[in-house]
Amino acid sequence: MNIAASILEIAVIGLGIAVMLADLWLPREKKIWLGYAAAAGLTLILFGSFSMSGNPATLAFGDMYILDAFALFFKRFFLIAAILVMIVSIEYSPKFQTGKGEYFTLVLFALAGMMFSASANHFALLFVSMELMTITFYVLTSFLRNQILSLEAGIKYLILGALSSGFLVYGIALVYGTTSTMDFATLREKSALMTDNPLLLVGLLMIIGGLGFKIAAFPFQFWAPDVYQGSPSSTTAFLAVGSKAAGFALLMRLLFVAVPDITLQWEKLLMVIAGITILYGNLCALPQRNLKRLLGYSSIANAGYLMMGIAAMSASGSTAILYYLYSYMFTVIAAFLIIILVMKHTGAEDIVHLAKLHERAPGLAGVMTLSMVSLAGIPPLAGFFGKFLLFEAVIEQASAQSSYYLLAAVAIVGVVISLYYYFGVIRTIYWGKQQMIPEDIQISPASNAALWVCSVVIIYLGIMPERLMQAATAAVESLKF
Amino acid sequence: MSILTFILFLPLFGAGLVAMLPKSAKGLIRAVALASTALPLLCAILAFLSFNGAEAGPGGYKFYQKVAWVTALDINYQVGADGINIGLILMGSIVSFAAVCVSRSIQDRTKEFHFLMLIMIAGIMGTFMSIDIFFFYFFHELALVPTFIMIGVWGRGKNKDYATYKMTLYLTLGALVALVGLVLLYVQSGAKTFDLIALQEQLRNNPISADAQTTIFGFLLFGFGILVSLWPFHTWAPVGYGAAPTATAMLHAGVLKKFGIYGLIRIALPLVPQGAQAWLEVLAWLCMGNILYCGWVAMRQKNLNKLIGNSSVAHMGFVFLGIASMNLIGISGAVLVMIAHGFLAALSFGLSGYLYDQKKTLDMDQYGGALRQMPFMGSLLVMAMMAGCGLPGFANFAGEITVLFGAWKSLPWFVTGTAWGALIIGAVYALRAVRKMLHGPVANDTLPLQDAANYWIKLPYVLLVASLLLFGIFPSLLTDKIRTSVAEVVKSIEAGTQDQQTNLAEESVKTGLDIQLAGQD
Repeated sequence: MNIAASILEIAVIGLGIAVMLADLWLPREKKIWLGYAAAAGLTLILFGSFSMSGNPATLAFGDMYILDAFALFFKRFFLIAAILVMIVSIEYSPKFQTGKGEYFTLVLFALAGMMFSASANHFALLFVSMELMTITFYVLTSFLRNQILSLEAGIKYLILGALSSGFLVYGIALVYGTTSTMDFATLREKSALMTDNPLLLVGLLMIIGGLGFKIAAFPFQFWAPDVYQGSPSSTTAFLAVGSKAAGFALLMRLLFVAVPDITLQWEKLLMVIAGITILYGNLCALPQRNLKRLLGYSSIANAGYLMMGIAAMSASGSTAILYYLYSYMFTVIAAFLIIILVMKHTGAEDIVHLAKLHERAPGLAGVMTLSMVSLAGIPPLAGFFGKFLLFEAVIEQASAQSSYYLLAAVAIVGVVISLYYYFGVIRTIYWGKQQMIPEDIQISPASNAALWVCSVVIIYLGIMPERLMQAATAAVESLKF
Repeated sequence: MSILTFILFLPLFGAGLVAMLPKSAKGLIRAVALASTALPLLCAILAFLSFNGAEAGPGGYKFYQKVAWVTALDINYQVGADGINIGLILMGSIVSFAAVCVSRSIQDRTKEFHFLMLIMIAGIMGTFMSIDIFFFYFFHELALVPTFIMIGVWGRGKNKDYATYKMTLYLTLGALVALVGLVLLYVQSGAKTFDLIALQEQLRNNPISADAQTTIFGFLLFGFGILVSLWPFHTWAPVGYGAAPTATAMLHAGVLKKFGIYGLIRIALPLVPQGAQAWLEVLAWLCMGNILYCGWVAMRQKNLNKLIGNSSVAHMGFVFLGIASMNLIGISGAVLVMIAHGFLAALSFGLSGYLYDQKKTLDMDQYGGALRQMPFMGSLLVMAMMAGCGLPGFANFAGEITVLFGAWKSLPWFVTGTAWGALIIGAVYALRAVRKMLHGPVANDTLPLQDAANYWIKLPYVLLVASLLLFGIFPSLLTDKIRTSVAEVVKSIEAGTQDQQTNLAEESVKTGLDIQLAGQD
C-alpha cells in the first residue's frame, strides 16, 4: 500500500475537516476568514504538489489509484480552480444567511472528489470519486435555501444526477459482467479481444453517458442552463470549471487507456456528439438575456469544442483539451467573479445590468471584455490558442478521414455564432443603454488579486503558450497513444 | 533586431503608454499616438529607401528576424520584407499616421479610441511583415476586436449595430475558413512547420497531391476572399465602412482588407499552384461580379460613404483579375493596385470623414457647390475621384493598366474586355459624385462648409495624395522591387504546374508505350 501517492487528496480532506471543526467555534461574523484560510491552505498544497512527480507512475490501493503525469496535471488544475473559486465564494458569501463555513468545507470535499477522479484507474474509484463530487454539488447548488430558483436547480441536478449515476453503475456492471474486471490496465488487454461484444459496448456507452452528464455534452446537457442560472454564482463557477474538467479527465482515461481499441470504432459517434453539442450550445445561447444562463449554454458549447479533441483521438487532440481547460478556467472564473461584483444587489443577473460598466468600473469592464474575447477565441488571448490547437488536431485527422472536415465546418459555424452573443456582452458594456440605477461597485483586495491573476494568465497563455504546452504534452504521454 | 520589429512594436508600446495615461490628458494621448505612428513611418521610409542595398536573409527576405515561439508546433515570430510587402508596409505606415492625424475630431473617450487604434495598427503591421503563417493569421485577428468596438462606440448611423455585427461575423468567418486552409497546409505538407520559408522549401521538393491542393486552395480562396469582399461575399464592406468612424474605415479599407489578397499572393499561389489552376476559372467569374455588379451598385448610391465602399469593392475585382492571370505582369499589377488602392481608400474615407464632421450627413443631395466653399479640400476630393476612375498620373492607373495587360495575356478576351469596359462605370459614378457635391449651386443650409484651416489639418490628406502621385508618376519605385519578388512567385507556380504537365506527359508516353507493346504482342 502506497498511501504517500495520495498525499494531496489527504491534505485537502484534512483541510476540509479542519475548516469544518473551526466553523464550530468561530463567531458568526468571523466565518469569512475560514474561506481565506482554506484558500491559503490550498495554495500551500498546490506548492507542495510541485515536489511530486508523476514520472514514473505510482500505483496505490491495489492498483485502483494511479499517480502519473496526467493525474498530477489535473490535480494542479483542480487546486488552482478551487483557490480561485474559494475567493469567488468569499465574495458571494454575504448572500448565504447561514452555513458559510459549511459552504467552504463542501467546496473542499468536492475538490477532493475531483482530485481522486484524476487518479482513477479502476471503475470503483471512478464511481466513488464521481459520487463524492456530485453529492457535494447537490448541496452546493441549492445553498440559497430561501430562493426558489436555487432549490429548483438543486432538485434538477439531484434527479438528473441520480439518473446519470444509475447509468454509470449499470454500465460498470455490464462491463464487469462481460470482462470480469474493473481495473483499467486489465480491461485494456481484455477489451482489445472483445471489440464487438454488444454487452460490453452497451455498458461502455452507458458509462460515457454518465460522464457526458458531468461535462454537459449532448444529449445529457438539459440540466446545465437551469442549474447554472439557479445556483449560487460561486457554485456555478466551480461546476463549469471543476466538474467539467473531472468529467474530461475520466473520459480521456477511460477511452484512451482502458478501452482504446473500442474507442477507435467510435470516431463517428464522438464526432456527432461534439458537433451537436457545439451547435446546440451556441444556438441556444443566442437569445439569452440572463448572463449566467448564457454562460450555461456557452459551457455546453465549450464541452462540444473539447469533445472535438476527444473525437480527434490523438495525442495532439488530448494536449489541446488540457490546454483549453486551463484557458477556460481562468476566463470563466473571471467572468463569474465580475457577475458577482457588479450584480451584488440585483436579484437577476440580466445582461443589461452591465450597461455602462465601462464608465462605472473601467477595470472590470476591461477584464470582462478580455474574458468574452478569450471565450470567443480571438488572439492574442488564451482561448484563441486553445481553439487553434483543437482545430489543428481535428484537421490533422481530416487528411485520413474526410468526415473530420464536417466537424471542423460545424465548429467554425459554432464559433461565428458564438461571436454574436459574446460580443453582445461587450456591446452592452461599452455602448449599451442603461435602464437601472447603477450600484456602486466595491472590490475586496482578494477579488482584485484574483481578477489580476485571471487577466494576466488569459493574456500570458495567449502570448506565451510554450510552458503550458510542454506540461500538457508531457501529461498526455501517460495516456499511451 | 530588425527595423520591422520596431515598426510593429512601437504602436503596441504606444498603446501601453496610452493605457497608463489619465483620461483627461487628451493632448498627451494624441501626442503619444502621433509619435508612435510617426516613428514607424520614418522607419518604414528608411527601410523602403535602403531596401535595395539591404542584405537578404533566408528565403530572400530582407530585414529578417526570427524568434522561436512554440517549439512543439514549430511556430516562430518571424518577420521579413521582400518586394511584395515592403510597399505594403510603407503604405500601411503612411495610412496609419494619416488615420491618427484625422482622429483629432474624436472627443468622446479619446483615450480608449487611441488605445484601440494603436492595437489595430500593430495588428495591421504584423500581418504584412509576418512570414510565419500562424502569426500572419494571429495579427490579422488582433485587429478584429478593436475594429468591432471602434465601430460600435464611435460609429455613425442608425444601423451601426447591424453593421458592426455584420462586419465582425463576416470577417471571423473568412478568417476561420482561411485558417482551415492554413492548418491543412501545415498538416499535408508533412513539414510540420508554420515557417513560410521552410514550407516553401518542402513543397518545392515534395508537392502535395493535386486533389489536396485543390481542397486547400478552395479554403484559402473563399476564406481570404470573404476578407477582401470577393463577390458575392462583399456585402459587409459598404455597410461596415459606412458606419465606421473615419480612422477605422481608413485603416480597414486601406490596409487591413488587403490581408486576403496578400495571403493569396504570398501563400496560396506559390504553395498550391495546381490548386490555383483548378480554381482559376471560378475566380475569374467571381471577380467579374466585383467589377461589374459592385460598380453598378456604386452608381446607384446616394450616400458618399456607400459609394466609396462599393467602389472599393469594385477595385478589389481588379486585384483578383491580376491574381487570376497568374503571370508576372498580372500579379505585379495586382500588388501595385493593392498599394495604390490603400492610399486611395484612405484618402477617400478621410475626406468623407472631414465632410461628415461638418455636416453630420453624407447624403450627396445635401451637398452642392462645395468646391466654392472649400477649394482646397474640394480639389483633393476631385483628385481622389479621378484617381478612382483610373486617371493617368495616379498610382491606380499604373496598377490597373498592368493588371489588364497581364489578364489579356492569359485570360479569355471577353473577361479582359469587360473589365476594361467597367472602367467606364467607375468614371460615371465618380464624375456624378463630383458634379453633385462639388459643382453646381451652393447648397442652402445653415452650416456652410469650412475649408481646412491650417497645415496640420491638411497634412494627412496631402501626404496621401502625394503618395498617390509619386507612385503614379514613378511607378518604377515600386515595380522594380515588386517584379523581382513576384518573379519568384511565378517561378514557383510554373515549377509546380510543370510537374503536373510532365507527369501527364510521362503518363501519356507510358500509355503510348503500353499500347505499342500490346500491339507487338
